[in-house]
Amino acid sequence: MKRRDFTKTLAAGVMAASMAGFLATASWAADTIKIGAVWPKTGPLAGGATVTQGPNIEMWVKQVNARGGLKLKDGQKKIELIEYDDKTNPGEHIKAVQRLATQDKVDFIIAPFGTGFNIAAAPIYAKYGYPQIAVSAISDKIEELTARYPNLFFTLGTTTSFVEGVRDILVDIRDSGKMGNKIAMVNVADAFGIELADAARPIFEKAGFEIVYDKSYPLGTPDLSPVMKGAKSAAPDAFVAWSYPPDTFGLTEQAIIENLDVKAFYTAVATCFPAYAGKFGSKINYNLGAGGVNPDTPAMKAYFKAHKELTGKEPDYWASANTYVSLQILEQAIEGVGESDKAAVTQYIKDNTFKTIMGDIKFENQFSNRFWTVGQWQEGVFRGVKSVNVDGAATIQQKTGWN
Amino acid sequence: MRTNDWQSIVIAVVLFALAAIVPFIANGYQLSVAVTAVMYVGLATSWALFSGPTHYISLASGAFFGVGGYLVATGMSDYNLSFWLMAAIAPLVAAVLAILIGLATLRLSGVYFVIFTLGLAEMVRNLVSWIQNNFLGSRGLYVLTDFTEAHIYWMLLGVCAIIFIFGWWLGRSRLGFALRIIGNDEAVAKHVGINTAWSKVILFMTTGFFAALIGAIIAPRYSYIEPNQVFSPELSFLVVIMALLGGTQRLWGPLVGVIPFTLVWEFINSNFSNFSTLFLGLAFLLIVYVIPRGFVGLLQTWGEKIRT
Repeated sequence: MKRRDFTKTLAAGVMAASMAGFLATASWAADTIKIGAVWPKTGPLAGGATVTQGPNIEMWVKQVNARGGLKLKDGQKKIELIEYDDKTNPGEHIKAVQRLATQDKVDFIIAPFGTGFNIAAAPIYAKYGYPQIAVSAISDKIEELTARYPNLFFTLGTTTSFVEGVRDILVDIRDSGKMGNKIAMVNVADAFGIELADAARPIFEKAGFEIVYDKSYPLGTPDLSPVMKGAKSAAPDAFVAWSYPPDTFGLTEQAIIENLDVKAFYTAVATCFPAYAGKFGSKINYNLGAGGVNPDTPAMKAYFKAHKELTGKEPDYWASANTYVSLQILEQAIEGVGESDKAAVTQYIKDNTFKTIMGDIKFENQFSNRFWTVGQWQEGVFRGVKSVNVDGAATIQQKTGWN
Repeated sequence: MRTNDWQSIVIAVVLFALAAIVPFIANGYQLSVAVTAVMYVGLATSWALFSGPTHYISLASGAFFGVGGYLVATGMSDYNLSFWLMAAIAPLVAAVLAILIGLATLRLSGVYFVIFTLGLAEMVRNLVSWIQNNFLGSRGLYVLTDFTEAHIYWMLLGVCAIIFIFGWWLGRSRLGFALRIIGNDEAVAKHVGINTAWSKVILFMTTGFFAALIGAIIAPRYSYIEPNQVFSPELSFLVVIMALLGGTQRLWGPLVGVIPFTLVWEFINSNFSNFSTLFLGLAFLLIVYVIPRGFVGLLQTWGEKIRT
C-alpha cells in the first residue's frame, strides 16, 4: 500500500466510524440511571465552569454512587454520568443536549453553565420535558422565561437584585458616616457587564450617589491600568466594577499598584474564587464581590470538606454551593417520585420544599427567591454580607488600604 | 441549454427535495447536526463564490455572520421589531459594510488581505460592543421565537438554494468570467478592460450578504446573543477548511467538503472532545498535502484514470 493510499484508507475509516457513531443508538443497561451534563471544559467560560460546575457534578455523582445509588421504586440505581464539552459555543451545546436526549436517551440532564447557555438550551429541555434547574444564570426576564418554558427553574437571582444588593451595602456604609457619596463605576463591555451597568446608573443615582467616573473596557483587555488611573483621578469614595473573571483579577491588581484609596471596593464575578485570595493574600481583605455564602453552618462546613476530599479542589464562595443545591433538589425529586418520569419529577420540584445545604428551598413560579447578592473577604473567608431571604449575613467591615 | 445542464438541474432538485424531508425522518440529534451542516454548506458555498475564482482567502465570514445575528438580537430585544424585518435588514447592512471594506482592502493582495479579514471580526465585535455600551445600553439580547430546529433548517436550506442558483447564474455570466480571469492573472484582466476592483467588491458583497443572512437565521437558535459567541474567529476558519476540503473550483465543491467534515467533527467532539483542536490542525495538513484540490480534484483525477 502506498503511503497516500494508506492515508486515504485511514480517512475513509474515520469517516465510516463516525457515520456509525452518528446513526447508532446507544445500548443501555437498566440497572443504572443515566444523567447527562454539558458544560464548557474549553473556551472562554471554562475558567468559571471548572471551578463551579464540573467539580460539583463529580462530587455529587461520587456521593450518590457511594451510598448505593438513587433509591427508586424498583431498587437502588447508580448514576451513569455522560458528559460533553460545549466549547463555550451555543451551537455545540445544542447539539450535545440533543445527543443526550435522543442518542444517549439519558433520564435527566444537569442544567447548563452560563445565562446564554441556559436560555439557548431551554427550548430543547422543554421539548423533551427535562426539568432544568438553572444555577449560573442571572436575568431580569425570569418571569417571561419561566412562563415560556414550564420546566425551567431559576435559583441565583435577578440582575436588578444584584445591583440593589450593592446599593444597599454602599448606602449602609455611607449612612454610618464613614464614606462620601462619590462612586467610580466601570464595566466590561459585554452582555453581562453592560446590562449591570445599565441597571446600576439609575439605581445608584436614586440612592443619592454621584457617579464621578463611568467607563467601560472591552472584554479581554490585557492592560487595565488606564482604567484604574482614570478612576483614581476622579477621587471616588467607592469603586464598583461589573467585571468578568480576568478583569476582576486585573482591576484588583491595578488597584493595589495604584494604591486606590476607597472605603468600598467591589468587583463582580470571580471575586468569590479561592484563587482570588490565593493570588492577593491579605491585600484584598474587606474587598466586596458578587455572591457569598455563610460558611459557618454545619451543613456548609460539611460541604466544603466533602468538596475538597472528593474532588481535590476548593469550591468557590458563591455559585458552587448553589450548584450543589440544584443537584440535591434533582436527587430528592427523583427519589420522591421513585422513577425516571420527567414530567412527574418536574411537578415534584414545583410542589415540594427541599432540604439543602443552604436551608429549605421552595420554588414559587419556578423561581427560588433565596440567594446571596454581595459577599466580602474577611480574614481569608468570603462571607455573604447581603442576601435575599438567606439568614446569616456577616457584619460588613470597612476597607482599610491594601496591606 | 445543453442536456448536461438539464441533468445537473434534475440532480439538484432531487437532492434538494431529499434534504427538505430530513426533519421528518431524523431524530433531534441528527436534525441538530443537519442544521449545523446546512449552515456551513451555505457559508462555505457563498465563501467559495468569491474566494474560488479570485483566490482571495477571506477570514471575514465570522464578522458578517456576527453582524447578522447581532442585528436580529438588538432589533428584537431592544426595539421590539419583528424577526422578519431584522432578517431582511441585517444582510443589507452587511452588504454595505462589505462594500466599504472591499473598496478599502481588495486592492491589497495575497497575505495582506487574509490578515485584514482576520482582524475584521474582532474589530466589528469591539465596535458593536462599544456602540451598544455607549449609546444603546442593553438588558441582555434575547431572541425568543417559536421557531423549532426544523423551521431553522428549512430557512437555511432555502438560503442554500438561492446561493446555488446565484452561483449557477454567476458561472455563466460575464461577471463570473471576469472573476476567473482575475483569478488567473489580474494584470491581464486589467489590460483587457475588466474593472477588477468592482468585480471583486461585488462578489465580496454577496459573500457578506449571505453570511449575515445565515447569522440572522441562526440567532433564534441561540436565543441569547453575546458578542463573543456570534463573532467567533473559529467559524471563519471552519468555513475556509470545509470549502478547501471540498474544492472551490466547482459550485458543488464545498458541499462535498462540509458534509463529511461535519460528521467527522461531530464524532471527534463527542468522543475525544479534548483533541478537537488537534484534529482541526491535522485536517488542515491533510488537505494541503494529500488533497490540495479538495474532494472535487480527487474525483476528477479518479475520473480521468478510469477513462484512460
